[in-house]
Amino acid sequence: MQSTSSTLGLPSAKAVQVARRQRIQDFLFHAITQFFSMLVLFVLAGIIGSLLINAWPALKTFGPGFFLDDEWDIVNDQFGGLISIYGTLVSSIIALAIAVPLSFGIAVFLTEMCPDFLKRPLGTAVELLAAVPSIIYGMFGLFVFAPIFGDYVQPVLQATLGKIPLIGILFSGPTNGIGMLCAGLILAMMILPFIASVMRDVFEIVPPVLKESAYGIGCTRWEVVTRIVLPYTQAGVVGGVMLGLGRALGETMAVTFVIGNASRISPSLFAPGSSIASTLANQFGEADAGLHFSSLFALGLALFFITFVVLALAKWMLLRMEQAKGVKS
Amino acid sequence: MKLSFKQALVAGALALSVSTGAMAVEMTGAGSSFIYPVLSKWAEAYKAKTGNSLNYQSIGSGGGIKQIKAKTVDFGATDAPMSFDELQSAGMVQFPAIIGGVVPVVNIDGIKPGQLKLSSDVLSDIFQGTLTNWNDKRIALLNPGVQIPAGDITVVTRADGSGTTAIFTNYLSKVNKSWKDNVGFGSAVKWPAASTVSGKGNEGVAANVSRIKNSIGYVEFAYAKKNNMSYTQMKNADDKFVMPTAASFASASAGTDWSKFPGMETFITNAPGAASWPITGATFIVIYKKPENKANAAEVIKFFDFGFKDGGKMASELDYVPMPEATTNFIRKSVWSQVDVK
Repeated sequence: MQSTSSTLGLPSAKAVQVARRQRIQDFLFHAITQFFSMLVLFVLAGIIGSLLINAWPALKTFGPGFFLDDEWDIVNDQFGGLISIYGTLVSSIIALAIAVPLSFGIAVFLTEMCPDFLKRPLGTAVELLAAVPSIIYGMFGLFVFAPIFGDYVQPVLQATLGKIPLIGILFSGPTNGIGMLCAGLILAMMILPFIASVMRDVFEIVPPVLKESAYGIGCTRWEVVTRIVLPYTQAGVVGGVMLGLGRALGETMAVTFVIGNASRISPSLFAPGSSIASTLANQFGEADAGLHFSSLFALGLALFFITFVVLALAKWMLLRMEQAKGVKS
Repeated sequence: MKLSFKQALVAGALALSVSTGAMAVEMTGAGSSFIYPVLSKWAEAYKAKTGNSLNYQSIGSGGGIKQIKAKTVDFGATDAPMSFDELQSAGMVQFPAIIGGVVPVVNIDGIKPGQLKLSSDVLSDIFQGTLTNWNDKRIALLNPGVQIPAGDITVVTRADGSGTTAIFTNYLSKVNKSWKDNVGFGSAVKWPAASTVSGKGNEGVAANVSRIKNSIGYVEFAYAKKNNMSYTQMKNADDKFVMPTAASFASASAGTDWSKFPGMETFITNAPGAASWPITGATFIVIYKKPENKANAAEVIKFFDFGFKDGGKMASELDYVPMPEATTNFIRKSVWSQVDVK
């Protein structure tokens, strides 16, 4: 404004006009982008609202006990969500138990030890795993993985781990490949790229000076990773794990193919079960309006709640990591 | 609103086809996947003859009933008949259009298609989980001279709601009291056997049965035949062992006098007759008595009339059984006459 031609120090009429137009533009831009963002909130609220409305008849009939009841009898209109909730949680926990150590190994290798010429192809390969559609994992699981798993791996597990008292029951029953453990393994394969790439990214933000100092005083690679890298990236690692968990909880198609879809809770991991997502996928098409339909919505609500909690936790931890990084560098 | 939009679309399509000459009608239908192959065959022939086409979506019987209730299609198709009361209150009629069979299929070493013989009690005890090994005495008793290796039985069922399941469990409820009391019948039930594994669709059941040793499942006959699966013989209501064939399905339907049932609501499972296959079922077509789109409803009736008259051979080629003539005459006289298309 100082450089305008006006000698009085007042802006010219033209400049005022420009400024006014810009203000209107700014205001409109602000309003429109705000509207877009609010839309997301409305959609979220709408989804929760419609889930609640549709689930209400079931929740009213069965009460909060719906989420703790293991009865799912369509013919007699008795519904409880425990079998599916249990299946969702157990298959996801198995997936995490397998995918987290594997991803950790991949991320450590890629950031600490990998020769440069391998870094890109390996990193890309891990990320490509994430791009495989879930139906492909399901078909691969049912037609390729489950037969091999049932014929060769499960009998071995049964003959070894199955003989140990207490945990032996986890590996009992017929070894036909399909079941909770198979679903967990396929899920592990699916969430591995998510966890591995987040871990790799956060490992890379560790300041080299910290690691070099540790190597300088004679630390081994293992000591550097466990004492320097992990403590520094704690929150980020947990955030990545939570993202993977979020995907495992909601995965539908692949799980439906290999979990066995049995309405039963069994102590054995070899036994078939069902998850919330697989129950919904199997039964929505044929559900009559009424308690069955409403109970499926109540299951959906439970799944929404579980994933919402997990993702909120992940966001919160990632946020903390960002802040910590901002302070330190 | 939806409908009017749809009608607008149809009108648009009509306008387009008018410009090419003929006034073509497009009928829409949805439901049973069981009837889908024969409907597409019929539709192809019908289009060649009349120029009118059928758009059928095989989304499952329950879905078909939902769609016709929502009036988004001209007819619904379901493997489990709707109850007469429900039809009455919704102002609809139904008629059976095609007959087929559900067969138990097994995967046991050395057992060929059609070799194993089962009775209704053995079958329901296997699916209830009270008969758990193939070396059970009762199975040996039904199969003198057949070597059946011992092995724990895995039961394979449908995971999704299905008309096939409705026919199968309807049969078990008819022949076994404890099944009726403890499980009942429907398009999806709470399977009691502890070894139960479920797959999605006929192909899911077939995949599981052919993969899991010593398993038993149930699929539509055409599916078992196409995939060369080991289907079983069954002891029927007349205590005779029968093979699943088009002839034994036809015998089951011939022994049923459809006209006796209000709304033609009946399962033809466990039908009398020495040659009758006990797990036989029909796919029912559901239409409105007072359709909103009269031209399309009239076309639907013409289409099925064509199927009854000229579609028999096409149906047999696909291992379906055409409706007996007495029944089609009854449908023309007493069912279609209720539909107001004028």
